[in-house]
Amino acid sequence: MKKTGKPIRVLIAKPGLDGHDRGAKMLTLGLRDEGMEVIYTGIRQTSESIVETAVQEDVDVVGLSSLSGAHNYYFPEIADMLKGKGLNQVLVIGGGIIPPDDVASLKEKGIKGIFGPGTPIKEVATFIRENI
Amino acid sequence: MEANTEELVKGMLGGSVVCLAKLITQVENDGADVPEIMKMIAPHLGRAYYVGITGAPGVGKSTLTDALVAIARGKGLSVGIVAADPSSPLHGGAVLGDRIRMEQHFLDKEVFIRSMATRGNYGGLPRSTGNVVKLLDAFGKDMVIVETVGVGQTELGITEVADAIVLVLSPESGDSIQFMKAGIMEVADVLVVNKADHGNPEGIVFELKTMLRMSADSSREETAILMTQALNRIGIEELYQALEKCRQGKKCGQLLGQLANKEQPAHKE
Repeated sequence: MKKTGKPIRVLIAKPGLDGHDRGAKMLTLGLRDEGMEVIYTGIRQTSESIVETAVQEDVDVVGLSSLSGAHNYYFPEIADMLKGKGLNQVLVIGGGIIPPDDVASLKEKGIKGIFGPGTPIKEVATFIRENI
Repeated sequence: MEANTEELVKGMLGGSVVCLAKLITQVENDGADVPEIMKMIAPHLGRAYYVGITGAPGVGKSTLTDALVAIARGKGLSVGIVAADPSSPLHGGAVLGDRIRMEQHFLDKEVFIRSMATRGNYGGLPRSTGNVVKLLDAFGKDMVIVETVGVGQTELGITEVADAIVLVLSPESGDSIQFMKAGIMEVADVLVVNKADHGNPEGIVFELKTMLRMSADSSREETAILMTQALNRIGIEELYQALEKCRQGKKCGQLLGQLANKEQPAHKE
C-alpha cells in the first residue's frame, strides 16, 4: 500500500547468529540514497524482535539478510509472523547467500524477492517501488 | 475522515500497538485526518512526562536513552521513544540508526520505539514530533523520551515538545567560551557529561558550573550537572532522579515558558 509522495520505510534485518553485515549495511546505505527511510536492526536478531520492530516502525518493506544457511528457517517464519500481526501488505524480501534451489520455495512462502551478491541497488529499489 | 482512522484511534486507545504505529504514520505523513485524530485523543492526554534528549552527534544520546529506559522500566513505568535522525537534503532518504542502541527493549511490551526522519524540517526534529508524542501519551505511556538528531548550537525544536531537556555533552565538548554561547546551552534543564571514562569530564563540569554561576538568572545555578557512562550504566539512576526532581520542582519548563511567551512555535497546538 504505497503512501503517495512520502518516503518508503524499509527495515533491514539480520535474523539468527550470522554476523556478516556488510551486505545489509550496503543495502541500508544504498536504499537511503534511493530516497528511502531505512532502519537497520543490527546483527543477531530474533524473528520476534524483527517483527516487533516492523510493527512499531510501520514499515512498507522488510529486507532480511542471511549468509549462514538459516534462510529457509527464518525468512518464512518472519513472513508468517508478520501476517499473524495483520501486516499482510508488508513486502518481504531477502538477500545474502541463498542457493538457487531455495528461491522458488521461499517465494511460495511469501518472500517476494531474493537478491544475491552483486545485485545492483537500483534493481532492489525498483523492485521495492513496483511491489509495495 | 476515513472510517478506518476512527477504528485506528479506537484500537490505539484500546492498547493496539499496530493501530498506534499506523496512526503515527498518518501524523508523520501529514495526512488529511490528522486534525480529527488529535481531536479524538485530546481527552486522553496529560499522563506522560515528556523528556527531551539532545546533543551533538556521537555523544551517546541513544545509548543514554537506552540506559534511562532501563531505569524507568525498573520503576514500573511504561515508556515511549521517538528517535530522530536526519533526512538527506539531496534525495530525502535517511538511515534511522538510533533503535539499534536500544536492543534490550525490543521485546518489552511496555516500550514502544519509533524512529523518525526529519523530512526537511530544521530544529533537530521532524515537524510532526509534537503530535507523535501526544499519540504516545494518549496510548498510556508514563514517560515519552524524544531523542533529537545530533544537533549544533541553535537546533532548539526540542523546546517545543519536551517538559524537561537533557543536553548531553562529552568530555571533549569545549571550554568555558563554548558554554557561554547562546542557544542550546540556555535551554537545558539537566546537563550530562557522558563518556565520563574518557578525557577530563571534571574539567567540563567545572566549566559548566562556572558558567551557570555567572548567569544573571540565579535559578540557573540549580541546573543539575551529571557525569555518566551510558555504556557502563553509570550515573543513570542519578539522571533519572534529576529528571524526577525537575518534574516536581519549579525549575522545569521555566525556560520553555519564557520562550513560548516570546514566540508561539508554528507547529505547537
